[in-house]
Formats: sequence, C-alpha cells, structure tokens
Amino acid sequence: MKFAVVVFPGSNCDHDAYHVAKHVFGQQADFVWHKDVDLKGADVVILPGGFSHGDYLRSGAIARFSPVMDAVKAFAARGGPVVGFCNGFQVLLEAHLLPGAMLRNRSLKYVCQHVHVRVEQTDTPFTLGCARGQVLRIPIGHGEGNYFADEATIARLEANRQVVFRYVTSSGEVRDDANPNGSLHSIAGICNEARNVVGMMPHPERACEPLLGSDDGKVIFESVIKAVAAGRFAARDAQHA
Amino acid sequence: MRARVFVTLKPSVFDPQGRTITEALHSLGYGSVEDVRQGKYFELDVAASSPDEARTLAAEVADKLLANPVIESYRVEIEGA
Repeated sequence: MKFAVVVFPGSNCDHDAYHVAKHVFGQQADFVWHKDVDLKGADVVILPGGFSHGDYLRSGAIARFSPVMDAVKAFAARGGPVVGFCNGFQVLLEAHLLPGAMLRNRSLKYVCQHVHVRVEQTDTPFTLGCARGQVLRIPIGHGEGNYFADEATIARLEANRQVVFRYVTSSGEVRDDANPNGSLHSIAGICNEARNVVGMMPHPERACEPLLGSDDGKVIFESVIKAVAAGRFAARDAQHA
Repeated sequence: MRARVFVTLKPSVFDPQGRTITEALHSLGYGSVEDVRQGKYFELDVAASSPDEARTLAAEVADKLLANPVIESYRVEIEGA
C-alpha cells in the first residue's frame, strides 16, 4: 500500500512521516508537492506537521488553498483515509474537512513535550488497532493547539463520538493540569462524521522507534495499514479499481 | 481605493494574548484598562469604481481568507467613504 505525504512550503515533519511509512513499516511512500493536483494513486494521505507558509495569517490558512487540497478533499469525499498531524490538523480545520479552529495555547508558550493521550474511538482507520481507553505517550510541539469550537459543535462532536483523542494523565484521567494547551474538553484529536478523516495535534510519526523515547505512535500507522489491507476505508476511486 | 479590514476574536472566544496584555498593563499601573482584545488589521488597496464595490470585495476576501468565521469576526471601512 502507498502513503502520500503532502509537502507544503514550511512542512518540516514530512520526512519523519515518510521515514516511518517507508522504513519502519516497509510501505510505499511518496512526497506530493502542494502544487500537484493528484495523489499518485495513494491509499492513505498524510498532511504532516510543520509551519506551512510560515503560519502566516493563521496556521493552515494559506495551505488550505493549495492546489493539492482539491485532490485531498476529493479523496476524503470518496472515503479515503486522511490524517493530519499537528500543522496538518490545522490545515484540515481551515479546509473545513474537520470542524473547529485552533487558538493560541492558553499559556502563550510553544509547548514541546511528551504528553499522554487516551484513545476514545477505535472505529477510525487510524485507531482501529488500539484498545478503547488505551493511553499513548506521544510528543506534541505547537504554539496553537488550543482546540476551540462553539458549544453546539462541541456537543455534536461528543454526541457523534468524533473526539478520537483526549489529553490525559499517565493513568488515563482527564484533568485540567494534563491539558497542555487549554483545548476544550481536553481534545487532542477528532474525526469527521464519516470517520475517515482524522486530525491530531500529537506527533505519532515522532514516536515510532524506541530510540526516540517512545514507540507508542506505531499503532496509528499499524491501524491504517491494517484498515487498508482489509479493504476498510479504501477510497472509492476508479483509478484503483 | 483603500479598504481597512479589522479582524477580532468573537466575544465568546477567550483571547489569551489580550488577557496577558491586560495583566501587563495592570502591573504597569494602568488598572483602569479593564480589558484588552487583540486583533489583526489589514489595508487592502483595491481597484474599484465605487466605495460600495470596494466594500463588497473586501468583505468577500475577509470571509474567504482574512478571518476564520469559527473564531473571528471582521469589520470593513473604506478610506474616505
């Protein structure tokens, strides 16, 4: 199976994602430049972390209009698995592929540390290999990860079980002091209603080898590899038929 | 023609930068400054034949790009209009 890693000007976790897909998991992987208009027949699309377009205006606000995003939207609409890590999540929000927006961290500080997140939903392509309630230790690195949406949207996310990850303590408890950025409902990641598009602030691609301090991020990649191999969450695409 | 676009966080959205600035002002002795909301300001030079046309265009780009309607609202002024 093939991963497409979208590269925006200013992406800086693109090589990490590519490395994990290709060298840790032995899958095919291709970089796709933001001005490209097709996804090279990919089965999975990753929007990587970084500072697309220098984070000018708002994180992800300019990247949203990159030509490749039309292909990403079409791929997502066909049911293909799409994940955004960190800045990729911000791009998905700005592109309206996921609801809500990011505010500046409540501390006003850029936060770079390992955090614990609890897997709330296991019916997305990126979490189906997890156990519900499983706690993953994965790093974050962001200045604008303070998830915000209006009350009605938050209520809808909770009712539809679209909150995929929450910041928790190491024992899996939601607590304000385990929330690194002030996100509403301790939200670290969400999915769309169809569940094939997932955005998360933590960086699982930075936590796939013990040398890096944790390999808890592997389960995210293992999940989507399993999902695609089993024909779940495959894009309904004539090119692949 | 010049259009000015002011983008601000909606009243319901917490502004951590504004809060920090408020606290800094209080520590400088400006206790009478009760609250600060930080926003963004854009100057658009637009080719338009009337202030109304410039206003419509500025509002369109504000909706599409300059402001994120999930968290922000905006106001447009046309210079000299």
